[in-house]
Amino acid sequence: MEIYLDNNATTMVDPKVVEAMVPFFGQMYGNPNSLHKFGTQTHAALTKAVDQVYKALNAADADDVIFTSCATESNNWVLKSVWLDHIMHGHKNHIVVSEVEHPSVLTTCRFLEEQGVKVTYLPVNDQGIVEAHTVKSFITDRTALVSIMWANNETGMIFPIKEIGEICREKGVLFHTDAVQAVGKIPVDLQAVHVDFLSFSAHKFHGPKGIGGLYIRNSQALSPLLHGGEHMGGRRSGTLNVPYIVGMGLAMELATQNMSATSAKIRALRDRLEDALLQLPDVFVVGNRANRTPNTLLISIRGVEGEGMLWDLNNAHIGASTGSACASEDLEANTVMLAIGADSELAHTGIRLSLSRFTTEAEVDAVIDAFKKAVGRLRAISSSYAKVQPTHS
Amino acid sequence: MRVYLDNNATTKIDPLVKVKMQPFFEELYGNPNSLHAYGMEVRPHLNEALGAVYDALNIPDEDDVLITSCATESNNSVLKGVFFKHILTNPDKNHIVTTAVEHPSVLETLLFLEEHGVRVTFVDVDENGGVSAQAVKDAVTDQTILISMMWANNETGMIFPVAEVAKFAREKGILFHTDAVQAIGKLPVDLKKVRVDYLTLSAHKFHGPKGIGALYVRKGCELPNLFHGGEQMGGKRAGTLNVPYIVGMGLAIRQAVNHVEVMNTQVRALRDELEDALAKIPDTFIVGPRHMRTPNTILLSIRGVEGEAMLWDLNRAGIAASTGSACASESLHANPVMSAIGQDPELAHTAIRLSLSRFTTLEEVEYTIEVFTKAVERLRSISSTYGYKG
Repeated sequence: MEIYLDNNATTMVDPKVVEAMVPFFGQMYGNPNSLHKFGTQTHAALTKAVDQVYKALNAADADDVIFTSCATESNNWVLKSVWLDHIMHGHKNHIVVSEVEHPSVLTTCRFLEEQGVKVTYLPVNDQGIVEAHTVKSFITDRTALVSIMWANNETGMIFPIKEIGEICREKGVLFHTDAVQAVGKIPVDLQAVHVDFLSFSAHKFHGPKGIGGLYIRNSQALSPLLHGGEHMGGRRSGTLNVPYIVGMGLAMELATQNMSATSAKIRALRDRLEDALLQLPDVFVVGNRANRTPNTLLISIRGVEGEGMLWDLNNAHIGASTGSACASEDLEANTVMLAIGADSELAHTGIRLSLSRFTTEAEVDAVIDAFKKAVGRLRAISSSYAKVQPTHS
Repeated sequence: MRVYLDNNATTKIDPLVKVKMQPFFEELYGNPNSLHAYGMEVRPHLNEALGAVYDALNIPDEDDVLITSCATESNNSVLKGVFFKHILTNPDKNHIVTTAVEHPSVLETLLFLEEHGVRVTFVDVDENGGVSAQAVKDAVTDQTILISMMWANNETGMIFPVAEVAKFAREKGILFHTDAVQAIGKLPVDLKKVRVDYLTLSAHKFHGPKGIGALYVRKGCELPNLFHGGEQMGGKRAGTLNVPYIVGMGLAIRQAVNHVEVMNTQVRALRDELEDALAKIPDTFIVGPRHMRTPNTILLSIRGVEGEAMLWDLNRAGIAASTGSACASESLHANPVMSAIGQDPELAHTAIRLSLSRFTTLEEVEYTIEVFTKAVERLRSISSTYGYKG
């Protein structure tokens, strides 16, 4: 059995989504910006995809949703254009982010610091989240932008986006949220929360890799990151990736319809897995499960290197992760674990298990088995873990 | 019959490419940056695709090929990267030379950079729609940091003197970028012979998918990322890799380069047959000498016939053509290339571009000649500006 529990890194494309995309790799290959039939015959499908996205996010008609090549592009776009539009020639000079943002936010911020922008990296609490009052206390009259993720990729912890949005609105500061880990997992209603910009990515909710989007409240100004033709009303240029846009529209619809039932099912499986793994001695799960995305579990196992665990699981045909895939080639301590104050030994032992709506109970049970065996084996050969429990009492 | 003669706008995906991509959606769906088997098993396919790009363009191993989401991203990356790295830090080198007929992703980006203090010279084209190397050289000053000139023009197919300008730029210590979107698969592109610093390409112009492209970067000419983030592409272009499309682009560029000779013999012959027939219609003008054009392209103007009207007549007969770049096709402005080459504004509104591919057949060309000739007659007969004598 092959079991994929790395759905926070990427997901399988839903077979229904593949089916919807296929015609656009074949006969429907026209450029939608062309005036002839080969071009115009794609319009209905594109319009449908746009409608599906607006509906899934409950975006208002006055808002813009612009398709991008990925969330990395969306995040770079907001940060760099806020710099160019509001900081380079203006009074503002400050951006506030959390220290556990995705690398596409953090690395961009480091680049902006080299350009003279002041960046505050807010700490997270022992639950792995940034508290709204912390955001409030760091906003100054020179703050141009606050960028805080909706849910964390490593822990699944959900941030207080509604409260942060209200604070930013009161202070007159732009607010961006990277909602890559939220869209399709928890309700995202853009008429119930106040965010100016929101990033999302299709491949996290069973759409294709290489397509994402940026929501822009009330069509407000933001210089393009990709200048060029008149695509997307001039906001984002580049020939439209028709198959993937169609695929993302359907993927979003599938991920958000019946969300409460689907997420209850995923949550029950995740909790079953978590409860079973918590029976192992000396293991720690990060963050209160009630405030986590329903599919995610970050667990650390004293005495067991995350990498070692990953290989044992891999040999058992289980795909898991020690942290973000974007940084998985460096064997550094898990940054989120360090941020929440885990000691550095524990920070090397984080294993992330992330489920999807395709995960089955049989798979979860097989993982529990394999996981327990691997912990037993790795602790037996661990130099740092005292495998003999006290027996004298 | 449906005939697609708008291959400079986008192309049909080669059926072999479509088949090649298929497993990477539902089976080989891992994130290649993951350490487990799901991630690792896609890596050989990515390496093969990247190798195909290096082979196709004869790229030295030491240089970089960054996979991007499209040529627009590649062009923005170079121009903004030069701005961030060189111009912001050294205002004495704040001048960029380009041509008046570059793709909007170059022109619009440069207009944006002008607002940020960059000085840009837009070199005009000559009456053939060509650019002389001398005109580019004359535009260069001590303050020039970059020359950006396309390899071949999307509207006319005119080939620009890339080798000569690249050599000149190198001697002068000026960076040189070429948007080669219209050249790959149509002309030989050998980066060991023509030493450019940056080159842009896009898969959907050579029967690959839409939404994937690349940027070639010569060693030593690295720029700040346009997309900062994860460690994909050696940290030089972040974003989860679009595995199916990268694999598709690898096969598509291999196929495209293998078909350059076919393009320059069979497709050229079809193009010439079409061109000869249309040139016989009185009062039509073809832009640029055909030996200086990509082998698949014709831009012609037909006195007395609005380009848009012509497009609709062709469309009704199942033929897809274009009045110019699809990127600007919703604006009914005069064709900017036609204006640039100095046609009077009336003629500039009458331009029709026909662009063939290796999938175009003789039957399709003959059908197009027939339909085109009739459409010109019909439209001239109702034209208020053209004194048509039947």
